[in-house]
Amino acid sequence: MRDIYSNRFYRIRSQLTQTCIHVLFALVGLACILPLLLILSSSFSEEADIARYGYPLVPRHWTTFAYEYILKVPSQILRSYGVTTFVTVVGSAIGLLLMSLLAYALSRSRFKYRKQLSFYVFFTMLFNGGLIPWYIWVTQGLHLKDKVEALILPYLIVPWFVLLLRTYFAQLPEELLDSARVDGAGEWRIFFQFVVPLSTPPLATVGLFCILMYWNDWWLALLFINEPKLQPLQYMLYTILTNARAMAANPMTTGMSTPIATVRMAMAVLATGPAALAFLLVQRYFIKGITVGALK
Amino acid sequence: MLELTKSQPAQAEARTRRERFRATSDRSTTRSRRRRELQQNLPWMLMAAPAAVWILIFSYVPMFGLIIAFKDYRNNLGMWGSEWVGLRNFTYLFATKAAREITFNTLFMNGLFIITTLIVSLTVALLMYQIHHHPLARLYQSALFFPYFISYVIVSAFVFGFLSTDAGLVNRMLVSWGFEKLQWYSTPEYWRPILTLVNLWKGVGFWSIVYFAGILAINPEYYEAAKVDGATGWQQALYITLPLLVPLIVINVLLSIGRIFYADFGLFYQVPRDQGLLYATTNVIDTYVFRALRTTGDIGMASAAGFYQAIVGFLLVLGSNLIVRRIDPDKSLF
Repeated sequence: MRDIYSNRFYRIRSQLTQTCIHVLFALVGLACILPLLLILSSSFSEEADIARYGYPLVPRHWTTFAYEYILKVPSQILRSYGVTTFVTVVGSAIGLLLMSLLAYALSRSRFKYRKQLSFYVFFTMLFNGGLIPWYIWVTQGLHLKDKVEALILPYLIVPWFVLLLRTYFAQLPEELLDSARVDGAGEWRIFFQFVVPLSTPPLATVGLFCILMYWNDWWLALLFINEPKLQPLQYMLYTILTNARAMAANPMTTGMSTPIATVRMAMAVLATGPAALAFLLVQRYFIKGITVGALK
Repeated sequence: MLELTKSQPAQAEARTRRERFRATSDRSTTRSRRRRELQQNLPWMLMAAPAAVWILIFSYVPMFGLIIAFKDYRNNLGMWGSEWVGLRNFTYLFATKAAREITFNTLFMNGLFIITTLIVSLTVALLMYQIHHHPLARLYQSALFFPYFISYVIVSAFVFGFLSTDAGLVNRMLVSWGFEKLQWYSTPEYWRPILTLVNLWKGVGFWSIVYFAGILAINPEYYEAAKVDGATGWQQALYITLPLLVPLIVINVLLSIGRIFYADFGLFYQVPRDQGLLYATTNVIDTYVFRALRTTGDIGMASAAGFYQAIVGFLLVLGSNLIVRRIDPDKSLF
């Protein structure tokens, strides 16, 4: 009798813990989403409401005025979308190709210079010249200032991604590649016909990390881009947020007709909303990649 | 007999001829071996070449620029033309209050981040494991991971929405509860906890996935055996999961300590909105170097700070990796 009683007691207790965990996760999950809700609802609020009641979590009066205001003259945001898309597509594609080729060479145990080359590649993870020499070299040696290449080239090769790909390539069944070699396939054909199709998971993961890196970047533009036509999305947003702040600080320039706070937030939504949702859809590939990277 | 003596030189000649032939054939085999070796290695070398050239241009060439730290750098004179000044940049740098401040802030804040991220993400991973069969678990994971995809420009925008003096959500709440408004953007003391929170918000999703993966990799037989013995979820977490996660934890912490001299520029530059009043707690080596480069234009001191960061950072990475290699050779960088 006592056994049954204690069993039920344990079951209730474990159910209680489970509920507690669920409540905790619901709260923490909400805390992760809440800040973005603030941006979203501010963008749909009336400017006067924000001035009177502050930034809301739920708009008092719904309006799409801020969006209409931006989309009336959408050239700036469209151009920035164009720059960011171009940079992301070109940078991720070339970067992924170069990194996977390098990683394949480094993963071949019969490659004579594997050790030296690995050291050459991975030493850059341990040591670098720092910002100033790099900046001077890129602007005055390579003359990349105000060029679209400045937004692409510096991120092409990420040693950490090379490491991830090399680990995966090294695990591919050697017999399979050898049988292709016996059939007379060269290394290039083996790479493109066998290695690439067999390695879609790590290639997808690294590709997504590259896309995220390029899409969210404002750092390269902050350093190298003055030309408004070449502003990528995040950097354009950054300049708008800082300029709007400068305007808000000075009441003389704050025309009652320009909705600053709401437009700023609407710009943030337009600039990152679609991409953030897209990343949410592919997040399981990220999770897979992190898992593989974590356990190696 | 005669024939024999006659044939001796002939034999000798034949022998030398054979030896000579063997020697030349040896030479030709080494040559052909070398050619075969080249033939085998050439495709791999060509494959690695473009990336290797990139690494040369974007990583190795700038390393020579470290000599700027010992020069009085002038834009018009360039890197080689500028005058050598020995250690002057360093004596200037370390005479300022800023040197101590940026070193302390970088180390202290990164230390704080390492500890808080470890504790929170481990807790999340352990709790997640308790409910990971539940359909809602994936939703929680998505919500926690979502901030990872948000750029610091956006983070800065909503932090401003929370903390701005007049319209900020936090001050509005404080006022409605009868408290005074707080001047968030001009009080440096608030920013250690704020930045720690923001860093947690952005990173916990990622790190809890890392530790959750570590937990899933644990042999389920341990848990089955523990259940047979009547161990509760907490006991399992405490006596099975945590001890088995120790290697993963130690390695991740060591690798973070190796990077402790490098701060997350976006976090320290974007989130406090580059407010001069907050530098006392938000100025780190990376932001100091950037501002010296872009606003004050003091290349000398900035490159001295960069040199200092590169060398100390290198020693830390080296040290932490030596320890990591002892624990798990697969995880170390070299």
